[in-house]
Amino acid sequence: MPAVSKGDGMRGLAVFISDIRNCKSKESEVKRINKELANIRSKFKGDKALDGYSKKKYVCKLLFIFLLGHDIDFGHMEAVNLLSSNKYTEKQIGYLFISVLVNSNSDLIRLINNAIKNDLASRNSTFMNLALHCIANVGSREMAEAFASEIPRILVAGDTMDSVKQSAALCLLRLNRTSPDLVPMGEWTARVVHLLNDQHLGVVTAATSLITTLAQKSPDDFKTSVSLAVARLSRIVTSASIDLQDYTYYFVAAPWLSVKLLRLLQCYPPPEDTSLRSRLTECLETILNKAQEPPKSKKVQHSNAKNAVLFEAIALIIHHDSEPNLLVRACNQLGQFLQHRETNLRYLALESMCTLASSEFSHEAVKTHIETVINALKTERDVSVRQRAVDLLYAMCDRSNSKQIVAEMLSYLETADYSIREEIVLKVAILAEKYAVDYTWYVDTILNLIRIAGDYVSEEVWYRVIQIVINRDDVQGYAAKTVFEALQAPACHENLVKVGGYILGEFGNLIAGDPRSSPLVQFNLLHSKFHLCSVPTRALLLSAYIKFINLFPEVKGTIQDVLRSDSQLRNADVELQQRAVEYLRLSCIASTDILATVLEEMPPFPERESSILAKLKKKKGSSKLPDMDDSRKNVNGSTEHAEDAEVASKVPSHTFTDDLSVNSAPSSGASLLVDVFSDFSSAAPTEGSDEHFPRFVCKNNGIIYENQLLQIGLKSEYRQNLGRMYVFYGNKTSTQFLSFSTSVSSNDVLDSQLNVQEKPVDPLIEAGAQVQQILNIECVSDFSDAPILNIQFRYGGTLQNIAVKLPVMLNKFFQPTEMTSQDFFQRWKQLGAPQQEVQKIFKAKNQMDTDVSKAKLLGFGVALLDGVDPNPANFVGAGIIHTKTTQVGCLLRLEPNTQAQMYRLTLRTSKESVSQRLVELLSEQF
Amino acid sequence: MFIVVLCDCLSLPPTPSSHLFIHISCFVIPSFQMQFMLLFSRQGKLRLQKWYVPLSDKEKKKITRELVQTVLARKPKMCSFLEWRDLKIVYKRYASLYFCCAIEDQDNELITLEIIHRYVELLDKYFGSVCELDIIFNFEKAYFILDEFLLGGEAQETSKKNVLKAIEQADLLQENIDFQMRLFAGVMVPNMASEASGLFQN
Repeated sequence: MPAVSKGDGMRGLAVFISDIRNCKSKESEVKRINKELANIRSKFKGDKALDGYSKKKYVCKLLFIFLLGHDIDFGHMEAVNLLSSNKYTEKQIGYLFISVLVNSNSDLIRLINNAIKNDLASRNSTFMNLALHCIANVGSREMAEAFASEIPRILVAGDTMDSVKQSAALCLLRLNRTSPDLVPMGEWTARVVHLLNDQHLGVVTAATSLITTLAQKSPDDFKTSVSLAVARLSRIVTSASIDLQDYTYYFVAAPWLSVKLLRLLQCYPPPEDTSLRSRLTECLETILNKAQEPPKSKKVQHSNAKNAVLFEAIALIIHHDSEPNLLVRACNQLGQFLQHRETNLRYLALESMCTLASSEFSHEAVKTHIETVINALKTERDVSVRQRAVDLLYAMCDRSNSKQIVAEMLSYLETADYSIREEIVLKVAILAEKYAVDYTWYVDTILNLIRIAGDYVSEEVWYRVIQIVINRDDVQGYAAKTVFEALQAPACHENLVKVGGYILGEFGNLIAGDPRSSPLVQFNLLHSKFHLCSVPTRALLLSAYIKFINLFPEVKGTIQDVLRSDSQLRNADVELQQRAVEYLRLSCIASTDILATVLEEMPPFPERESSILAKLKKKKGSSKLPDMDDSRKNVNGSTEHAEDAEVASKVPSHTFTDDLSVNSAPSSGASLLVDVFSDFSSAAPTEGSDEHFPRFVCKNNGIIYENQLLQIGLKSEYRQNLGRMYVFYGNKTSTQFLSFSTSVSSNDVLDSQLNVQEKPVDPLIEAGAQVQQILNIECVSDFSDAPILNIQFRYGGTLQNIAVKLPVMLNKFFQPTEMTSQDFFQRWKQLGAPQQEVQKIFKAKNQMDTDVSKAKLLGFGVALLDGVDPNPANFVGAGIIHTKTTQVGCLLRLEPNTQAQMYRLTLRTSKESVSQRLVELLSEQF
Repeated sequence: MFIVVLCDCLSLPPTPSSHLFIHISCFVIPSFQMQFMLLFSRQGKLRLQKWYVPLSDKEKKKITRELVQTVLARKPKMCSFLEWRDLKIVYKRYASLYFCCAIEDQDNELITLEIIHRYVELLDKYFGSVCELDIIFNFEKAYFILDEFLLGGEAQETSKKNVLKAIEQADLLQENIDFQMRLFAGVMVPNMASEASGLFQN
């Protein structure tokens, strides 16, 4: 029988809660609630003034109703009234209501802030705490504006009670997270650091969290916290378990504080001071030693708290990545946990080892646990633990164990949980490619993948195998033979049919000498799958057939018969029908020479980063993946990719070069195999017209817009302050576009900064055809907006309107400038005024690659200056922006930090608006 | 974590103003904190929700629905951690109630598990062998205790004694009304056996 021994009861509330609990159905609950809401509303509106108790009760009921998941649209005022009550419980309920139901109604916020201000000034610690809790819970900008300067004073004032200090510290932390710009740094920071020495461990606990957050913001200001934290930690880990009294938790000394201190230390590199450093090492060793001691209690809380500290210590060891001894010890400790009977510990050990695997000091030590990890994969009953095991196998894979790991992952795949299959497929595909010495192994592995988990093999994976086969002539014959054999299976996955169709179409000739795989046999085999396949696969097979006609004249008749059949020529699907008609026609009228030219073997694909890797990164967040240092990096940046795509877009969408096109998203008729190299997946249907805009910052050509009907490609060139843009409108449909017209519009500001003059465009675009329009551009002065291209046409009776943001940006008018190191620094110094420099620190959105960055900066328009920055990883560039009225010199510096996956970009120009705009444009590109 | 101090010690020509690029900077990484805490029953009823990040009501409801479903579907012996969206979920069941916290990727799972336990201990001490019904009928107290213990998603005071002292002091401040008419004697529904069973079943 529950009994509330404390607090005051609100009988009406208890009755109401019971009523709700007695409701048999959702409807009766809603009915009861509506009745109550009506009652409360009438009470609040009534003439009789409510006493504090009733007000509190009703506000509490409203809160209860809200927490049940119903909307509340009144009562805020009454709650605010409660704030100024001098009865504690009324005030408390008022604050709770405000904390849960924040309302951005500005009048109310003012009243709330007023009440908070009064309570903060009350010098009553209970009231002050309520007010601080409310600020921390709401954490809104308005509150930050009102209190961000007041709270630091409370925090460091000598006469503040400990409990208020604790609340103030965490309150400040919350405001710093939500509105970091409003929390001022100042003289109080030094005093905050010294809270680490406070004798009240509760204050230290709260302060450590705050300092950790602030140290991330400005590490210099909080550097002194390192020595204090080490000292504090050292005292905790060496203390007898009872020393800390109530801060000892199940015989573990201050576990929360220890974890927080270890976390604070992860904001800094290993201490340079040797005595400090050895003291920290001692602490870490002590923590590792304690893990080996017999437990002081059988309670799980004891081992959890102890291991929480241990795992945080290991995280610090990995972060420092400088003490091989500690790293190996950490690895051995985790190795023990791998076989622990606690599932939680096994999970964490697998997770933690993943990061250890990427350290050069411990990679080998991690590898020794391979059998245990494989065993975990086979025997763990919890899918989330198995998932960790897969991650770890992936992280510990190298050339020496790749075959074993890939084989284990493949066999696990057969029984793997559906939710993680796709990820395993991606991982297997990546490992197989990365560590393939012998590409026949690679081909076998991918075909196995398709056989075992065909449904989870994404386009990227099977595109990739085709790319690799096409690029490596040593494996083509083997691939043809293997797919031929795999296709013999009575039931094979459609993805296999796709790969098979493509590879036999290209390389079927390599195995045609064997009578068992003669051209006719190959054709019959493929065609036996035809009727079971979806439209895109059938389209691909039709392309394979026409390639057969070219490769093997002896089956021409058979194939022509197939193409001629009603099921092809009169197929209900337009794409299939069109292919059948055109291929048939082509095979009849073209001479052998023409046929051979049209259907020539696919040229090798440019070597670039695997799109599979990009996909996996997208799924997992790159931080978790070990660096895949293979040679297939996107050396030329995305620039070249887009050019390929553009070349493709100029060919009407039904020619033979794009015979994979129908396999991609249905709306992107021209997306080709080349597209899979890109770091964004093949063009998805976009109605939003700005989506492609940022891609044009560093390049001039590409597709700016595409939907089911229309594709718009661009080619542009700029010289000084003038530019010319060629716009290509491609009709993707089989119907004419009528009354086609375009206009360019700018807002008033932009109008005076940029002139865009358009040449006339043909009002009619035939089905499948493309027309071109020229735009002449003149930059009058620097600008930040972009002109809009409005397109209007009639398609099948309906009027279509499309607006596209034209990628004309300020940096297009750059002229690169080479200069010596000396010149550079001289100019850099001249541009030293604060408004001339704009700096931005941002997280890398793409993989950090020197060559890619270089390509992007060159594409941006500046000259890259080698040997200016002593750190070769940094980039320094210079250029001049030409406008009609002035020329603006620009200096640029980009500092990548691969470890943190961050960049710092600094621009100095003689004009603030130019610096600002260039930073905005460029920072989005990495 | 992973704050990196970039020292660009440029060895520039020895001119007096050669400190062009020299300043130590850091890269700000979003810090770790608890994102939210949810308490819900085996039947999937939400009993307490505390959000430490700003989200719209709609998002909160969506997250709650998805998470309750995910956690309830898990079997008893499974591990207490799971990846969910970009977050890590740490949960533990006490009798009829699930306590569930969302933390960030780099955060410490085990210490979060013990945050849950300490909170349960606090509730248990305050209510005296706490059960789900206590939390239903005195939800406001459950929130107050949580605020004393955790603020902004961080542990504020980990000493059990100090937290309870703060709450008791507050209780002493209450006006002296209706001491007798508290309790829901006669109001309580007797058929909810599971909700009335203590969270600590020793």
